[in-house]
Amino acid sequence: MSTSVNGVGIAYEKARADGRAALVGYLPAGFPTVEGGIDALKAMVDAGCDVIEIGLPYSDPVMDGPTIQAAAQQALDGGIRTTDVLRTVEAVAATGTPTLIMTYWNPVERFGVDRFAQALYDAGGAGLITPDLTPDFAPEWVEAADARGLDKVFLVAPSSTDERIAMTTAACRGFVYATAVMGVTGARAATSDLAGPLVARTKRAIESSAPGLPVGVGIGVSNGAQAAEVASYADGVIVGSAFVRALLDHPGDLPAGRRALTALTEDLAQGVRA
Amino acid sequence: MSQGYDADEHGWYGGAGGFGGRFMPEALIAALDELEVAWQKAMLDPTFLHEFESLLQNYAGVPSMLYEAHRLSDHVGARILLKREDLNHTGAHKIRNVLGQALLTKRMGKTRVIAETGAGQHGVASATAAAYLGLDCTVYMGEVDTERQALNVARMQLLGAEVIPVRSGSRTLKDAINEALRDWVASVDHTAYLFGTAAGPHPFPSLVLSFVRGIGDEARRQCLDLDGRLPDAIAACVGGGSNAIGLFAGFLDDPEVAIYGFEAGGDGVETGRHASTIHAGSVGVLHGARTYVLQDEDGQTVESHSISAGLDYPGVGPQHAALAASGRASYLPVTDAEAMDAMALLARTEGIIPAIESAHAIAGVVKVAQERQGETILINLSGRGDKDMGTALEYFGLGTATGEKQ
Repeated sequence: MSTSVNGVGIAYEKARADGRAALVGYLPAGFPTVEGGIDALKAMVDAGCDVIEIGLPYSDPVMDGPTIQAAAQQALDGGIRTTDVLRTVEAVAATGTPTLIMTYWNPVERFGVDRFAQALYDAGGAGLITPDLTPDFAPEWVEAADARGLDKVFLVAPSSTDERIAMTTAACRGFVYATAVMGVTGARAATSDLAGPLVARTKRAIESSAPGLPVGVGIGVSNGAQAAEVASYADGVIVGSAFVRALLDHPGDLPAGRRALTALTEDLAQGVRA
Repeated sequence: MSQGYDADEHGWYGGAGGFGGRFMPEALIAALDELEVAWQKAMLDPTFLHEFESLLQNYAGVPSMLYEAHRLSDHVGARILLKREDLNHTGAHKIRNVLGQALLTKRMGKTRVIAETGAGQHGVASATAAAYLGLDCTVYMGEVDTERQALNVARMQLLGAEVIPVRSGSRTLKDAINEALRDWVASVDHTAYLFGTAAGPHPFPSLVLSFVRGIGDEARRQCLDLDGRLPDAIAACVGGGSNAIGLFAGFLDDPEVAIYGFEAGGDGVETGRHASTIHAGSVGVLHGARTYVLQDEDGQTVESHSISAGLDYPGVGPQHAALAASGRASYLPVTDAEAMDAMALLARTEGIIPAIESAHAIAGVVKVAQERQGETILINLSGRGDKDMGTALEYFGLGTATGEKQ
């Protein structure tokens, strides 16, 4: 596996050396405001997130459930621009924690794929997670990312065939994102029984297609106990909606939201070390 | 077959990396692949094709007639032929698409269908096909549209469908599609998504075309039977573009036939309140395909506007995008006011009340006929106007009897 300077590979290697899973935390940029969002993401870094995913708010987020939709809408209503998202990346990446953007494809295409890749690189970003772009439709992004050593994180799902999992993992750099439930983003009370088999199939594919590529699992984790369960079979535990919820539950009170984020991060960070 | 105009195996129109494709979450790729294989097999299976054809004939009232509109012709100075899709069961061309997709659903062993709807025509058609074939049906409809089209909500409910108002985003058609996709990703093992227009990810644009292309194939035959020659021009309204592509498909390989698509110009393209995606939009990716999109500088979808809910969509089918880019078809805007005038014009000259969507095509032809005097122009009258009487009542100030006994 090749790792880039700002890439997430190093964070995964460090967690692996510690004998634990990495904690990957998500918030959309501009939520609740651009500055407030930067502050919130830094709180997550301080409290133990190993990798940060910054969502680029988009008008038509087909893979997101109500929680992330609400946050992204709030950011859009606040007038968030793509350049604000890049500014957020720059501020968070400056902490030394690898920072990815998670984005639907159209905003990247509109910005210009190569121009976006350069701006992300210049901001110190690690790469992109692309929930509605699969490797077979991503030649332009693959070229732009490879030219700069940016991470390319594509998704696999329980419905993916073994053939597609092999194709996808071979195209990834940084890690592969296993969406382990069939459904939109959102916290779930019980973890899915689809996750274990998906991760096992993905790891089998990685052995031949992309040796050493970590597998991060997104499955609606919202507490340390669930994180521990997922950490028992995955290299990374991805948490999104629960962080968003922590902020949504404290509207207009950023210090309280920040405290809630810190407490949640600490709980999850213990979980991945259990 | 119009080989040069079809999508390639990856769903690209106009060459790889052009328009169309499949920009979709990995979780739905297996379902799209499964659908593509089942559809391709079905289209080669005489039993399936026979079942589809006989259902269209005996249940939907297809082939729809070709009708020469003499008084309208006198008015516009060109000879106007109307393809009467408004006379189909459920009142529009949409029934062709849903019967095809619902039959395919049965064949695939799935028990539930979901659909999005704008004006409600596709929702009503989906609910109808589901009732006929004994499938469960859930329809997503923007909350704004449920208010504009309450009568169609009632129709769907009477037909046994569950109608879910969508309150996210702009609460119109595009958000109904988002919500249907969210449902589908969680229910794909037993649910088929009956996509309502020739847009979306591959194979939907090609699949929908295969079920609606009867419009154009029939019209071509009917023109030859009637005149022994093809029309000089053909025209249809374009929202997502299923009725238009169905008509156009029959004539793409006839270069002597001019092709016009009329988009919703809303308050006028210059006001920014419109749905003229091809005429005034830019290339982007929306709902799984690269096509023309109404979007801002950052690629955020901009809300469309049209008096016609069925054309009120900020995207358009990728084959239309390719036909526009290649110059084979021309796409022009028609304002709300022009469409409403055309609705009244057709009612008063021919005794036919068109859907406001279809009235855009009439209005567009009234304009282009100024340069096509004496020529024969075929218009797809894609739907009837019963569902739009609320809008007409308000727009024209109708409904109060004011005449006096002479």
